[in-house]
Amino acid sequence: MKALEDIRVADFSWVIAGPLTAMLLADFGAEVVHVESSTSPDVLRSVWPMKDRIPGVNRSPTFARYNAGKYGISLNLRHPRGVEMARRLVVWADIVIENFTPGVMERLGLGYEELSRGRSDLIMLSLPMLGRTGPLAHHPGLGVQLSDLIGFGNITGWADREPNTPPGAYTDLISPYYAVCALMAALDYRRRTGKGQYVELSQYEAGVQFVAPLIMDWTVNGREPVRRGNRCDRAVPHGVYKCRGEEQWCAIAVFTDAEWEGLCRTMGNAALADDPRYATLLERRRHEDEIDSLVEKWTAGQSAAEVMSKLQRAGVPAAVVSSGRDLYEDPQLADRGFYVELNHAEIGPHHYPRPPFKMSRSHGEPQMPAPCLGQHNDYVYRQILGISDEEFVQLLNEGVFD
Amino acid sequence: MLSPYRALDLTDEKGFICGKTLAELGADVIKIEPPGGDPTRNRAPFYHDTPDPEKSLYWFAYNAGKKGITLNLETADGRAVLKRLVATADFVIESFTPGYLDSLGLGYTFLSQINTGIVLTSIAPFGQSGPYRDFKTSDLVSMSLGGYVYLTGEPDRPPVRIGFPQAYLHAGLVAATGAMIAHYARQVTGQGQWVDVSIQEACAWIPLDSYNFWEFSGLLEQRHGTVRLRPETGVRLRRIWQCKDGYVDFELYGGALARAFTIPLMAWMEEEGMAPDFVRGRDWARFDYSAATGEEVDRISEAVARFFLTHTKAELWEGGIKRRCVVYPVASPREVAESAQLAARGEYWVRVEHPEFGDTIAYPGPCFRASQSPPVRLRRAPLIGEHNIEVYTELGFSGEDIVLLKEAGAI
Repeated sequence: MKALEDIRVADFSWVIAGPLTAMLLADFGAEVVHVESSTSPDVLRSVWPMKDRIPGVNRSPTFARYNAGKYGISLNLRHPRGVEMARRLVVWADIVIENFTPGVMERLGLGYEELSRGRSDLIMLSLPMLGRTGPLAHHPGLGVQLSDLIGFGNITGWADREPNTPPGAYTDLISPYYAVCALMAALDYRRRTGKGQYVELSQYEAGVQFVAPLIMDWTVNGREPVRRGNRCDRAVPHGVYKCRGEEQWCAIAVFTDAEWEGLCRTMGNAALADDPRYATLLERRRHEDEIDSLVEKWTAGQSAAEVMSKLQRAGVPAAVVSSGRDLYEDPQLADRGFYVELNHAEIGPHHYPRPPFKMSRSHGEPQMPAPCLGQHNDYVYRQILGISDEEFVQLLNEGVFD
Repeated sequence: MLSPYRALDLTDEKGFICGKTLAELGADVIKIEPPGGDPTRNRAPFYHDTPDPEKSLYWFAYNAGKKGITLNLETADGRAVLKRLVATADFVIESFTPGYLDSLGLGYTFLSQINTGIVLTSIAPFGQSGPYRDFKTSDLVSMSLGGYVYLTGEPDRPPVRIGFPQAYLHAGLVAATGAMIAHYARQVTGQGQWVDVSIQEACAWIPLDSYNFWEFSGLLEQRHGTVRLRPETGVRLRRIWQCKDGYVDFELYGGALARAFTIPLMAWMEEEGMAPDFVRGRDWARFDYSAATGEEVDRISEAVARFFLTHTKAELWEGGIKRRCVVYPVASPREVAESAQLAARGEYWVRVEHPEFGDTIAYPGPCFRASQSPPVRLRRAPLIGEHNIEVYTELGFSGEDIVLLKEAGAI
C-alpha cells in the first residue's frame, strides 16, 4: 500500500523547492496536479541539457527530475475563468503548495483565507524565499543566491582564493524535507481535530539550520570562520587526492589512530605508523602537508575505486569523488535501486532518483515520468473537475488553458 | 502539532537533526546517550571556547528541544529499560552500524513485537543493504560519493567539500521525512514500519543536474571555481564577483529570469554611466546562453565586474533590493546574525536560557510557522542524564531501582 494514496495535492509551485516537495508526496502515492502556465513555463523547462541537444519545453531532464509522478496541466491564471478552475482544483485537493512571491496568490483570490472559506480542513503550504513578512518579503532570488546569503559560499574553498560557492541551488535541497515533515504533521493534526492549517516555510530560515553552530560561534565567541579547503581539525589526513586518470580523485578521512595505522599498512608503509612525527593527532596536524604528499604519492598511481576499496577494507573512511558518470555507475546506488527508469513521453526512457530512504511497508518511488506541458489537461479538467466536453472546448478557445 | 507523540533518539551526530526536527514540530523527544554522554559533546565550537561536554555549541544547536537520559544498551538491564521505553514511544531513531541493534535483540522485528505501531528509522552511511553496507563514512566521504564535491572548487586544485559538515544534516532531515511519512501511514493502518536511510543517497540528491549531463550528453560537469561552465557550449557564467569589500553573488541570466537579474542590473549600470555601448538596448529576455559565444559573454562579464568593484557589498545588496535586482552578498555568520530580514521575522531568533551559564544564547528557531500551532518554545539541549529520574520514574521504576540501575552501569 502507498503511504499517501488518499491524499490529493494542487501544486502551484515552480523551480525546485516547491516542485520537489510535491514530488516527494507523489512518490508515496499522493495524487498531485502540477499547475503551470504555457505562456511562462517553469524556468526549469529551459535548463540544459536537452534531449538530443534540441531545445524544447518538454525536453529538459532537469525539469523531469523534480516533477515525476505528477499530472501536468496548463492554466492561465491571468484569465478570470482560469482562477475559477484553480479554485475548483483546490476544492478537490487536501493540500495546496505554492512558492510565488508573497502576495501573488492573494491578489489572484487564491490566498489561504479565501480558499479555506467553507473548507476549514484545507492545508496550504507556502515556501517563500526569504519569508512572507519582513522588509525583504518581496525581494526575488533563487536558491543559488540564497546559498550565499546564508554563508555556504563564504566557508567553501581556499583562504587565498575567492569563495567557492557550491554550484546549483543548494538550499532547494534542504527546505523540501522540512516542508514534507510539516505537511505530514499538519495531516496528522487534521486527522485528530478536523482542522486544516496554513504553513509558511522560509527557505532562508531552513538553510540557516545547516550552519547554526557557525552562527552561534559568532554570537557567543565572536569567531568568523575561514575557508580551509578540505581540512578538518579532528582528522589528519583529511582531503581529496589525485588518482590515476584525468580528473580522478579520492577522498580520505583519518580520525583515529587505528585508521591511521590502517592507512599506513595499506600504503605498504607500516613503519610510518610508528614514526614519532606522525604518531599522534597533534603531531599529524603539525606535519599535515608532508602527510598529504605521502598519501598523494600513493594514490596517484591507482584508480579512485581501487583506493576506496583497499582503504575501506582496512577500516579507513575513503571514497571515490563521484562525477555525474560515477553516480550513474555507482554499484551501491544500483544495488539499492536508487535510479528508476521511466519512459517520458518526449524524452524517452531515462532515470529518476527515488527518495533517499526505503520503507519496509510503503516503499516510495516515482510512479510516472514527469508530465509534458499540459499533458494531462484532458484527464484533470474532464475527469477530476468534471468539466463537460462543450465547456472544455469553450475554455480552450478562450485561452483559459494557455 | 506532534505533542501526543514520543520519539526515542538513539542517534549519534549522523542523526541529531532528525529528532530536533520532530521536537520543533512538538513531539516529546528523548535523547538517549551512553553513560558519560555522546562523544559529539566534545565537538567544537564551545561556549566561550571552554572545551567541556556540557558546552559544545554544535551539540546545543542540534539537540535543543530534547530531553536527555543515559542508558547502556550493552547491559541486559539497559536493554530491558529500552524495551519498556519502546512500549511508550511512537518513533525510534538510530544511527548505529547496520546490524548492531539486531545483535542486541533490538532490531525492527523485535521492537515491532513490543509495539506494532513503532516507526524505526535507521540512518546508516550506505543504508542497511548493498555491497558498501559495512563501509565507513565521514562528512567528506558521503559528500564525495554523493557527487557534490566533484563539482565544487578551483580547477587547479582538488575538489572541495562545503566548509561546514553537511552530509549528516541532509541525512537526518531525510530521516525525519521518512519517519513522518511512515507516521502518516500508521494513522491509516495502525502498523509501523522500518525506514532505511542511506546518507549516500541523501547526498546524491544534492547535485542539481550532473547526472543528467552524463546521461543525456555524455558530458561531465566540472568544477570551475566561481564561474559555471556550461558543458554544452563552453560559455563561462560568473557567479561570484568581487566588490570593494568582499564578494557578491549575481548571474547574467537571460530569458524569464532576466527580469530580476540582467535587466535591472544593466539599467543600474546605465544610471551610473558604467554600461558600455554594446550592452545598451539589448533584449535580455531573449538572450540565450546556449546560443551565445563565450567571447560575447566574457565581454559583458568584464563590464559587470568593473561595476561591482566600484561598490561595497552593503551598497550592492541595498541598491539591488531597491531595484528588485538579485545581487546577494556572500555573507558571513555575522551578517546572518545581523540580518534585518531575520530580525523582522517575529521570534525567529530564540533566546534560549542556559541557567548553568547565567546566560541566554540566540538560536535560529524553527523554519516553519503553522497557523494552528504556536511555535514550540525550545529548551536548551539536555545535560548528561538530566531527565533520568523523570523518565525512569514515569516508566514505573522506584527510586531504589534507579539507584540499582546506576550501580549496574545501565544508566
